[in-house]
Amino acid sequence: MATKSTLAFEPGWQYDPAPESTDHVSLRDSYGLFIDGEFTPAASGKTFETINPATQAPIANVAQAGSEDVDRAVAAARKAYDTVWSKMKPAERGKYVFRIARAIAERAREFAVVESMDGGKPIRESRDIDIPLASAHFFYYAGWADKLDYAFPGVSPKSLGVAGQVIPWNFPLLMAAWKLAPALAAGNTVVLKPAETTPLTALKLAELIADVGLPPGVVNIVTGAGDTGANLVRHPDLDKFAFTGSTAVGRDIMRTLAGTGTPYTLELGGKAANIVLEDAALDQAVEGIVNGIFFNQGHVCCAGSRLLVSEAVAEPLLERLRARIDTLIVGDPLDKNTDIGAINSEAQLARINEYIDIGRAEGADVWQGGSEAPKSGYYCRPTLITDVAQSNRVVQEEIFGPVLTVQTFRTFDEAREKANNTPYGLSGGVWTDKGSRIFKMTGALRAGVVWANTFNKFDPTSPFGGYKESGMGREGGLHGLGAYLDLGMGAGA
Amino acid sequence: MSGERARLDVAKTYKLYIGGKFPRTESGRYVSFERGDGAGAVNVCRASRKDFRNAVVAARSAVAGWSAASAYLRGQIIYRIAEMLEGRAAQFASELHAEGVAEAAAMAQVEASVDRLIHYAGWADKYMQILSSVNPVASSHFNFSLPEPTGVVACVLPERPGLLGLVSVVLPAIVGGNTVVALASESHPLSAVSFAEVLHASDVPGGVVNLLTGQRDELLSHMAGHMDVNALALCGVAADAATEAEKAAAENFKRVRRFDDVDWSADRTASPWHIDAFQEIKTTWHPVAN
Repeated sequence: MATKSTLAFEPGWQYDPAPESTDHVSLRDSYGLFIDGEFTPAASGKTFETINPATQAPIANVAQAGSEDVDRAVAAARKAYDTVWSKMKPAERGKYVFRIARAIAERAREFAVVESMDGGKPIRESRDIDIPLASAHFFYYAGWADKLDYAFPGVSPKSLGVAGQVIPWNFPLLMAAWKLAPALAAGNTVVLKPAETTPLTALKLAELIADVGLPPGVVNIVTGAGDTGANLVRHPDLDKFAFTGSTAVGRDIMRTLAGTGTPYTLELGGKAANIVLEDAALDQAVEGIVNGIFFNQGHVCCAGSRLLVSEAVAEPLLERLRARIDTLIVGDPLDKNTDIGAINSEAQLARINEYIDIGRAEGADVWQGGSEAPKSGYYCRPTLITDVAQSNRVVQEEIFGPVLTVQTFRTFDEAREKANNTPYGLSGGVWTDKGSRIFKMTGALRAGVVWANTFNKFDPTSPFGGYKESGMGREGGLHGLGAYLDLGMGAGA
Repeated sequence: MSGERARLDVAKTYKLYIGGKFPRTESGRYVSFERGDGAGAVNVCRASRKDFRNAVVAARSAVAGWSAASAYLRGQIIYRIAEMLEGRAAQFASELHAEGVAEAAAMAQVEASVDRLIHYAGWADKYMQILSSVNPVASSHFNFSLPEPTGVVACVLPERPGLLGLVSVVLPAIVGGNTVVALASESHPLSAVSFAEVLHASDVPGGVVNLLTGQRDELLSHMAGHMDVNALALCGVAADAATEAEKAAAENFKRVRRFDDVDWSADRTASPWHIDAFQEIKTTWHPVAN
């Protein structure tokens, strides 16, 4: 082909603003900690502000839990476990979880808007992915509550007790659902700490949980930063700990829990290879690459952040990829046309920009596309880094932003070697027209989730989690249920 | 005992088992045991850090082949181990007896070990059907989750029972396609060394099981800290030492399983959930309609 492919529309055509309305959203000026069924201030009286990363405007003040508050939350969870939740008929327990699922679906649009305001993700994603999946997750696990003996034959599974859970800021409500739903269905009570930059949907969920009549203390939500999480993981009265976040913090948690006998699941970082074989449908692969790395601004632990493309198709693929990236709209998260919203925080934007500089310093070529970013707020345009080596930091380390490195390969073995050559093993992708090649490649990847001719798909029935330094244990599906049950395999088995 | 004895016994040299070979420890060190049956002293190797590291290299090189072996073949090979052990039951019983186990209990332990091997031989082509799932996702994908071996598993074996403890901990790891470096019971090491000979005669590829004798205190920190070990099984390790090992294991996120106060003779200590302990679950999304 002599002419360069381009997806640019005729000059003069512009997207009109298409803002999602916010007038139906009810938000308070300040939120307390949700302990034993009630919102209460922190013992210290301390609060922190949560801001809208698209505008940098404060949204609400949130209580900052100290160790005293964490103690109180764990005590409430313990009491609820001992007196109510562990004694309830499993089918009744399941009905409460079903109620949560239904109530989220009823209030879905409000949750979606708050999620986009607090975290910066495009309303298209919070509306179509985060919130529906959160509701679906509760609905899936609700049904397990009275079927545990069928799930794990031969061992009479039992609930563990009180679970401490710490979740990240990239999918605030969805991660709360991933943590709470299996824990509750399995018969545990919970103390959950949402991330400090995105506490609002978890607090709205606390309101919802009170509204549906869940017994006080079954779910407790303590807001705060890393200190609050550290207080929770160190608490001596936990029977289970679950964490989603960075590999560095995951390692600290593993060390903290060493010797306690407390079971844990860790869902940590990733650096997924998205592998395009020479027979792939290229336009489809381009869509998948875009979805793989630019979904949620690349704030995705399983993001397809390393493109590995067969040398045979690298040139046409990259041409089409750049053209497609140039159509992406970077802007207001609440605009329905936005593809790439705001970076979650000032700190995260600085971290992403630091990695882009590192890439340049390592000798790589950095290209940025998409629309211009708004002048205020935290934004990063979609970024390609080419001319990289396997040992480059931008190839080895998780950037957690809309930044894609590009490498090529000639043989299957080279693709496999490069794909597996990082400390991580969370996810991967392969693009090919041939079913047998899909299985050959997915079988060769040391990663917990592998997508073929798609990327970043999630489902409550589908187990998710990492190999190697991407963590241990699974969330979702049957395997995610097992993470909240005592199967009699630990000390004294 | 008697001066009229017609011929002199030929004593066995108790060595390590690494990569399908029987080397002495590179360190040249030994630990001496007085046999309980009055037959004199026995020297076993006191393995070093270097021996352990050599064993990890052997175990790592064996992962690709062993994990790719068909489930049927792994089952056949493990069944063969049981056959070989059965044939040498008297030797093992006598060694256990020499370590102080009563004669009847020693034979019972050997028989239980054979039966446990048969149990796990039968799991080889079945555990995947118990531990896997097909997941009914809401999109047009065939979505399934399968167990895959974690990789190299380092085991501190139970102090007792020497043989049944070894079989109960090592077998679920290798049935699942992992390879193992195991430190034998410090106080009852003899049957572990002899078990290596059984493995060697059973078509178990070299490197799949590596057996060391030596001292826990010396080797545990190296086992926990080695960056090419993927998982750690700690049986009856003292609380402080186990805690330190767990902390060291965090460096590369080794999967740690602790087995304390376990009655290894109980039937429930053998199950697919023990195989599950050293498996990773991989979920695959395969397109259906595109």
